[in-house]
Parts: sequence; C-alpha cells; structure tokens
Amino acid sequence: MKYLVESFMQLLGRAPTKPEKDDITPAAQEIHFYKRGQKLDMDEVRRLHDEKQGKNKWLKRRWATLLFVNLLFVVSYYFDIQLLEGALTASRFLGFHMADLNSALQVMLAFKTVLINLLIGTVTVFVLWFLVGGRSFCSWVCPYHLLSEWAEKIHLWLAQKKLVKDIPFHRAIRSVFYVIFALLAFATGYTVFEAISPTGIVSRAIIYGPSLALLWVLFLLLFEIFVSRRAWCRYVCPIGITYGVVGLLSPMRVTYVLEDCKHEGDCRKVCLVPHVLDVTIKGRATDTRVPVGADCTRCGMCVDVCPTNSLRYEFSWLEQLK
Amino acid sequence: MTDDKSKEKPVKKPRVLDRKTQEARRRFLRSLGLAAGVVSASLVGFIPVVRGYNPRLRPPGALAEDEFLASCIKCGQCIQVCPVEAIKLTDIMDGFGNGTPHIDARAQACDFSCDGLQCVLACPTGSLSHDTNYPHQVRIGFAELARPDLCLAMQGKGFKGRIRDASFKGLFRYAELNRWQPLPVRGQEFDREICDLCIVHCPIEIRRNQCEAGHPPADDPNQCPPSRAIGLEPVEGGGMRPVIYEGCVGCGACEMVCPVTPAAIVVDMTKNADTVTA
Repeated sequence: MKYLVESFMQLLGRAPTKPEKDDITPAAQEIHFYKRGQKLDMDEVRRLHDEKQGKNKWLKRRWATLLFVNLLFVVSYYFDIQLLEGALTASRFLGFHMADLNSALQVMLAFKTVLINLLIGTVTVFVLWFLVGGRSFCSWVCPYHLLSEWAEKIHLWLAQKKLVKDIPFHRAIRSVFYVIFALLAFATGYTVFEAISPTGIVSRAIIYGPSLALLWVLFLLLFEIFVSRRAWCRYVCPIGITYGVVGLLSPMRVTYVLEDCKHEGDCRKVCLVPHVLDVTIKGRATDTRVPVGADCTRCGMCVDVCPTNSLRYEFSWLEQLK
Repeated sequence: MTDDKSKEKPVKKPRVLDRKTQEARRRFLRSLGLAAGVVSASLVGFIPVVRGYNPRLRPPGALAEDEFLASCIKCGQCIQVCPVEAIKLTDIMDGFGNGTPHIDARAQACDFSCDGLQCVLACPTGSLSHDTNYPHQVRIGFAELARPDLCLAMQGKGFKGRIRDASFKGLFRYAELNRWQPLPVRGQEFDREICDLCIVHCPIEIRRNQCEAGHPPADDPNQCPPSRAIGLEPVEGGGMRPVIYEGCVGCGACEMVCPVTPAAIVVDMTKNADTVTA
C-alpha cells in the first residue's frame, strides 16, 4: 500500500521520499549493508557500458512500434482498408471502437452525455493500456513524444556545449493543469485542452495533412530545446496523468533488481521522468526487486543503458500491492 | 577571539534565504508563470468561437454548434468514410473548433451519394446525431438565392457547356451514369434551355423524382423525402426564379453546381428547414 501511495504521489508531482529503515525488507537491508562498504570501480562500469553501447534494442523497437501505429492510420485511410480508422483521439480498430482516455474524459466533461460507442471505446482502451502499462501510451504511441524525444536530444547536445540550460518547473504543476483543464471542459462546455493538445494535432496532421496548428507544436518543441527539457510531457500534458493512473496497478513494468546495480546513475540521466528511478540511488530500494512507479513511460531507455541488467521489463502482478 | 565575536553579535535568524529555498521559490513562481501561459494560450481559442469568426457548415446530423463543439472528439472518422470527400478539418484559426469537421459546399457539397449517412454512423460521440437516419432529416442549413441578379434563370438564360472552371474538382453521383462511383461535375456537358442546374442536382429532388417514378432509393419508401426542396417559378416580367421549399436540407449541392461566380445560390448556415417553417 505504501508503494502505491508513493507511486501515485510521484505521479501527481511529489518528490520521491527516502524510505524509512522499517520499510526496507531484511534481504534488501543486507544488500545495502554490503554495498555500503564497496567502492565503485568506474573503469569496470565504463567497460560494461561500452559493451552495451549503441545497441539500443528497446529504443529501436519502440520507435518502430510508434511509427507503425501512426502509419497504420495513414495506410488504412489512403488505401481505404478499414484497419485502423480515425485518429489517436478516437478510432476504430477492425471495427471496434477505441477512444483516447483523456480525450474521452474531456468530451464527457464538456458534453455531459456519454454515448454507448464512446463508452465501449473508453473501456476497451482502458483495458488495453492497463495490460500494457499505462503511460506506455506516451512513449510507444504518442507521435508528439517522438518529436519531443528528438528535441530533447538537441537540447542535451546544446546543454553539453553550454549553449542552453534546462530550466525546471515544479512537477506538481501538471496535476494543477489536469484539474484546470477538467474544470474548463466542464464549465465552458468546450474541450479546451483538445484544441492545443499536440498529441491530437500531430496525429491528425499525419493522417489528414499538415495544418497551421503545427506552428503551435513547433513552438512547444522550440521551448523544449531552448528553455526547459521535455517541458510539455513533464509539466503540462494531462494525458500522461490519465494513463499514469491506468498504469498504477498495471502488470507491465520496468522492474529494478537491486543486487547487481552499480548505482552509477546513468539510467537517471536518460530517463524522461528521472524521479521514478530514485529507487536506484544507493540505499533507496525497499526490496531486492522493486517495480518502477506509475509515472514511468516504460520507454526502456534505462533498460538499454543499464550495464548490469538491473533494470528490465517484467510482466507480473505486483507483490507490492499486498 | 572567535568567542568574543559571537558574544558581540546576538544570535539572529539569517535574513538571507539559503540557495535551496531561493531556488525552490523561483521554481514555484516560474511554474505559476507556466500555468498562466499555457492556460491563456488555450483560452485564446475562445475568441473565434465567441465572435463567430468562422461560421461553418457542419456534416449531416450535426448537433447545434455549441453541443457539437462540446461533443466532437476530433478523430476525423466522418472524413474517412465520405465517398465524395466533402468533409474537411478546421484548423487552429477556429479556436476550440480546431480539428472539427466542416463542409465547404462551394468546393464539394454533400450529395448523399453514400445513401446511408456514413458520417453519422462513423461518429463515435454522437456529435453527428444518430437520430438522423435519412437524407431528408438532415439540417445542415438552408439554401438561399443570395445573388438573384447573377442567376441565369432569373435572366431567362439557359446554360450550355461545362460547370465551373477547369480547376474545379467537385464530385457528384449521377446515378443514371454510375450508381456506385461519384463522377467529376466538370466532366459533364449540359445544355439547358433555362438554367436549372441547381434543381437537377438537388439530392432531395432527385430522391423525390425516384419515388414518384415508383423506384425509391434502395427500394425503401422511408427514403422518400416528404416535401420538395427547390423548384423554378416564373417571375413577373420574364425569367424563372429558383425557389427554396421546406424540404431543403442545406446540403449545398446547388451552391456547388451554380455555374456563375460567385454562386447565385448559397447555403445560409444560420437557418434550416425547421427554423424557416417554424
């Protein structure tokens, strides 16, 4: 239960908390005890990293999946094969209704009526993303995520050259946005967030052709390159919270295995949501295996970068929930 | 010595905040700024909606504009099923309407060539109301002879040749030529003694004629429109006037095929058959 609360609070924007000694299992305490005496052999870590360098197994798979899903919409429309009709906000896969959970929520709040088709679509998508890990929608499907990922690479390159500096915001602001946009939809009767959501804009642009709205997306990308790293996904996008909640209890996880971890922290450098990886800091893990929190997008960057395979994908029901 | 100094200065709370607190405060204020920025950016979308900068013809079955904007999930499934590609997406200049579907009747009107109102069936949220079953129940707008002096029929003139200029790509289902495939309007040669193109292209009139000939569309008598939509009536002093009747659904076929530029007949989106007859 403590795990769930911590995972949920992190999703909402609270900084990760250090676990009390009582919360750490004896087995984990033992490993922590032994590791305290060990000194990190950087040459060894570097050698392990070099061995793994450049494979990027999960990155390739993820990009391929993201492009495949988005292109399936396009192919389906242009060749009229009715495989995946619509856009990411709502679609029909082989005739089955699908509705993006956040878009559906906005429409329900604004319209205050729920049609059966929309309900079917919402439930279907809920079950789907519950099974494959909630925020995995963000990194495996959302087309803005991919653009943002490239923008992030430019940002990091410029930052390395000391040309830009990441200006962080408080992560809890995303929860504030969530409430604001929900209230706006309910109060005004317009799906206010949908008009500026880069996920919808980019998805529709891919399928139906370019629009002026892409200028807004371009502005967001420039903001992320020059001002604040990954600002939209980290601090604004309510879609992330919606799917994060779906992923709270999802069996699809990146799991942290304490034993072989060198605690050198390279996973946290590549992570879009590094607070979820605070569990990899020396002395933080509460158990020998800890599933990474709900805000994790299951993107697998940490899995790719980890030299000791201490971070890995797992599909299992969480023991932490007991 | 150090002891002396500490005695001289009484212990005081430091007025200067430590760096961590300062940074936290700055971050908090910045975050408020971000919130203000993004929320105001999103609210800019109100302006075109409230001001009605871009009045739009919506696809068949669309709810009243406010409800339509509230319910449309902006997926474009209606666009994908339309056989004549009459439905297009609006852009960010429409504010909250960004990503919603509309019809530009002059470029491509809805000619109901799908018969079954595919866009309505495709709509997942009921923005295009599922209560709409037949073309004659549609209320997109109401046609109006906006420029009577341009109308060829009003001048007693006929029409010979092809409609619109060579760049015109509009499609229409000429059922007697091809039941399944809409054809380019531009590809048809016309020779009318008095120009009645708006009448011969009216989907409601076409349906009524089919019903009167004993062959209702899809052999379904329910498809028969209960009232006429448009007809020519003689004008005092010569010429004929296209008159709009209560059967008009505002599909815009007349506007699309009107051979003069600008079109003499257009769809008025502020009216529909119900408001006109009420």
